[in-house]
Amino acid sequence: MKYVIMFTSIPELDAQVPADKQQEVYGRMYQWFGENAAQIADGGAQLQPVETATTVKYRESGTVVVDGPFSEAKEVVGGFQVIDVPDMDAAIALVKTWPGLELPGCGVEIRPMVTDYSQLEQ
Amino acid sequence: MTESDAAAGPSGGAAASDLLLARVVREESGRIVASLAGSLGRLDIAEEAVAEAVEEALRAWRGNGIPPNPGGWLTQAARHNAFDRLRREDRYREKLAGMAPEVEWGYATADPADTDSSDEIDDRLPLLFGCCHPALSQEAQLALTLRAVCGLTTAQIARATFSTEPATAQRIVRAKRKIGATGIPLRIPDGPDRAERLDIVLTVVSVMYNEAHLVAGGDATSNRDLADDALWLAGVIAAALPREAEAHGLLALLLFHRARESARSVDGELVLLADQDRSRWNETLIVRARAELEQAAGLRRPGRWQLHAAIAACHADAETAAETDWLQVLVLYDLLLGYDPSPVVRLNRAVALDRVGAPTAALSEVDALQAHLGRAHLWHAVRAHLLRRLGRDHEALAADLRALELTANDAERRLLAARTHR
Repeated sequence: MKYVIMFTSIPELDAQVPADKQQEVYGRMYQWFGENAAQIADGGAQLQPVETATTVKYRESGTVVVDGPFSEAKEVVGGFQVIDVPDMDAAIALVKTWPGLELPGCGVEIRPMVTDYSQLEQ
Repeated sequence: MTESDAAAGPSGGAAASDLLLARVVREESGRIVASLAGSLGRLDIAEEAVAEAVEEALRAWRGNGIPPNPGGWLTQAARHNAFDRLRREDRYREKLAGMAPEVEWGYATADPADTDSSDEIDDRLPLLFGCCHPALSQEAQLALTLRAVCGLTTAQIARATFSTEPATAQRIVRAKRKIGATGIPLRIPDGPDRAERLDIVLTVVSVMYNEAHLVAGGDATSNRDLADDALWLAGVIAAALPREAEAHGLLALLLFHRARESARSVDGELVLLADQDRSRWNETLIVRARAELEQAAGLRRPGRWQLHAAIAACHADAETAAETDWLQVLVLYDLLLGYDPSPVVRLNRAVALDRVGAPTAALSEVDALQAHLGRAHLWHAVRAHLLRRLGRDHEALAADLRALELTANDAERRLLAARTHR
């Protein structure tokens, strides 16, 4: 099954992580992608910081372009990756090994991808 | 309750009691959901088909008696319902081709192999682990377990969990949809996750038992005894996973609680542990509880459920409340804190601390929990008790009144009210 995993964090907490710790965790993240290559599907990206986010919304006056991410939440999405694993337990097991989780405020959201479009017709 | 007991019930013509119906349904429905979900790959359809078959069975059996092979009857009815549901879904036409011959058996024949699965691993367990998956909320885990594993109707679940029928139905539908869409497997996990996942399952069973106590005087004809369901489920888990010490620990704990039940509530009034007539405790259940606890201890893998059960055993060992070995209880609570440092465990430990002669230390420990338990009536009730021990009667009365305000359960309210009138 294919899932999108979304890496979230809280920018103000990110900023408090010492640079050498950050470097060390980044190194292990890079390694993680290598070690789990068999379960990593095509598709995925690390995103530029949330300050670069622009959201287009539809309002009464028509479409408007606003500065900032789509949600006011403290957490922001920093990147996403498509994974291909047998089931949800395998997805959780893989995500639990993500090195970024040891940083404060970091989380990973797991969402199954729609692959069979007839499912949506129900 | 074994299957032969169920089949030995009245058959042909004799009306069946609701209690017996509930037992037969409980014994059979989880297995049928598990096997249908396995062959269809669809928990939602399997569960709805079985639920509908249960409703049909309750109608038919109440008047005509339970058929000789109730499992076969339910299986056939459920398959028939599943077939109907699938036929309405175009995209399952291909799957139906493979399934049709089985369904065509109709009601007349029942394959004994369907109901006799005693030699195999209990297939309700993978279903149970799926229903108690951590990706579902605890409310959803409980509702879905009651429905898919224990065979309760939506109405019964709504009553047992203080919810409305539409909300309960919605909760179950969402949970099943999430299991299907998210690819949550119906499987007993192995490896390092197993203990963690088993603990979630055992927690759901324990919540099930506790909810039963909160229901005050439900109507006897349509309400299933949730405590009985919880005890049964704990037994199923311990039997299926004999090497899991914590499974035996929870079963022991629930057996100890069940043994005290008739002394705990007299004429609808709550009786506190210290005031209970211990001759009313059920000795047979206590013996079973001890045996389970010993079996757990023999596996040498301690855990929180075993510690809870060991504490219950201390109370069972005491001939009178005064003879309770509170020092042992305190030591067990200290160990328990290592597994479960929750405020409720700390509150119970404080009670033991008082009993070994340290009421002042107990009170300061209780006061430290205000931020966590200040909204809980139990916290105020324990605090009132300690204040009274220390001769601070004014404050004790105020705490008792606050506890009274926060209590939702009628029996507990009457108990507290009596205390404030002293």
